[in-house]
Amino acid sequence: MKLRFTIVGFGSVGQGVAEVLERKKDELEKMGFDFEVVGIADSSSSFIDENGVNLVEAIKRKRETGTVGKEEITAIEMIKEIPHDIMIEVTPTNVESGEPGLSHILTAFENGRHVVTSNKGPLALHFRKLVSLAKEKGLHFRYEACVGGAMPVINLTKELLAGNEIKGIVGIFNGTCNYILTRMASEQLPYEHVLSEAQELGIAEMDPSYDVEGIDTALKLTILANTIFDLNISFKDVNRKGITEINPEALILAQEHGYTIKLVGYVLKNGDKIDIGVSPMLVPLGHPLSVGGTLNAAAIYTDLASEITITGKGAGSLETASAILSDLISIARSLRVEK
Amino acid sequence: MIRISMDLELKDVPGQLVSVLRPISEKGGNIVSVVHHRDKKTPTGAIPVQITFEIEEKKVKEVLKELEAHGIRIVRAGEDRLRETTSVILVGHVVHTDIRDTIDAIDKTGFAEVIDLSLKMPGVEKPSAAFMTISATSEEGLRKALQILREISERKNLLLIEPVRWL
Repeated sequence: MKLRFTIVGFGSVGQGVAEVLERKKDELEKMGFDFEVVGIADSSSSFIDENGVNLVEAIKRKRETGTVGKEEITAIEMIKEIPHDIMIEVTPTNVESGEPGLSHILTAFENGRHVVTSNKGPLALHFRKLVSLAKEKGLHFRYEACVGGAMPVINLTKELLAGNEIKGIVGIFNGTCNYILTRMASEQLPYEHVLSEAQELGIAEMDPSYDVEGIDTALKLTILANTIFDLNISFKDVNRKGITEINPEALILAQEHGYTIKLVGYVLKNGDKIDIGVSPMLVPLGHPLSVGGTLNAAAIYTDLASEITITGKGAGSLETASAILSDLISIARSLRVEK
Repeated sequence: MIRISMDLELKDVPGQLVSVLRPISEKGGNIVSVVHHRDKKTPTGAIPVQITFEIEEKKVKEVLKELEAHGIRIVRAGEDRLRETTSVILVGHVVHTDIRDTIDAIDKTGFAEVIDLSLKMPGVEKPSAAFMTISATSEEGLRKALQILREISERKNLLLIEPVRWL
């Protein structure tokens, strides 16, 4: 069975996905997975080839001209009209409306496409609606890339730890904040200084508020909490404090007493209620969560397996593509079984 | 129930430890820990022993009396009041928002106290940072003390950095 994919969104993540699919094509074929990408859409253009888009050329064209194709057909039209099995939604996150990702995903479900996404906005705003619609239509919906980049936190919790009761997850889910706090601690530099350094290195955005005010972490926690505890909260319900007020003195004091400061996201089951929040916290030095640089980490608390901590790169185009690829393979495996 | 810890000196002869533990147990006390310092004999050849136990408050005197009646030397006996400890960092105008008042709010609870405070003040107008260690009589007391600190931080516009939550 040949699976047909479309890629919607062709920025750094979309190109990463195309690169990984190209690079892994032979290996995937050996595993028995035959696929082709039949269409790619970015915000202003699209490229369709029902016999399979040449991914190397598509990436080259995007990098040289800024657009992936010349076709008039929009992403929504492509999702509706071009026959395919899985739509890969990798447009940028919008925390206000979830668009355009939300419409892309809804359209995909209405037209019988399975969906794999890295887009946090739609899931952090309309989790239940999307998950229910996928279920109603009998479609697969996977979003590992939304939380922790390369770190397989959702699939680890839902699949590999199946049978365990998950009591909570505490982690570091934003590489930008972790980089800033790590540098402030090691160099005893003020926040503003390290922020500009991070911006120059491309680790922080020119408008850093999405990261440093804890919004990104709150989005990821919302998705995690909804997935694990079957809730329907919006990220706006999450108590949130960022890192902008932390000064070098606080980091020095922490270090003198055997701690470090990290922007921590937590979701914990506390009897019938769920504690969820984002806040800078003291983490003992040497604790599994005291990871440095842009690394992410997540400690998962369970009843049987006790505590499991994973760490890895939380962002980056290939790292995110790794999570998307694993979701694609999971769907392909399920479809093979279902068939 | 309160928790008592005692430093004793016992003669190095058989049956001494039992003669200490029996009266505690007979009065309904629950032994929490016994540390026997055989390697730290006193000049008179006695062995220092530390014992911690939980007991009803009104029974404490009876236990001490009984031990003395058995000729056991009690070097020190006292209530272990503060059992749970945690640390936080406060960032902002910690001193100018009346740090005395912040500490008092914890101390006057009767179940929690600020036992350590380190300050760093980078400049007159700049926000400072304080590392504060709080002890309380129980975990419940510590949680309440943290809640008080949360409310104060909110009111005084300070950033409270709490220890990462454990399950």
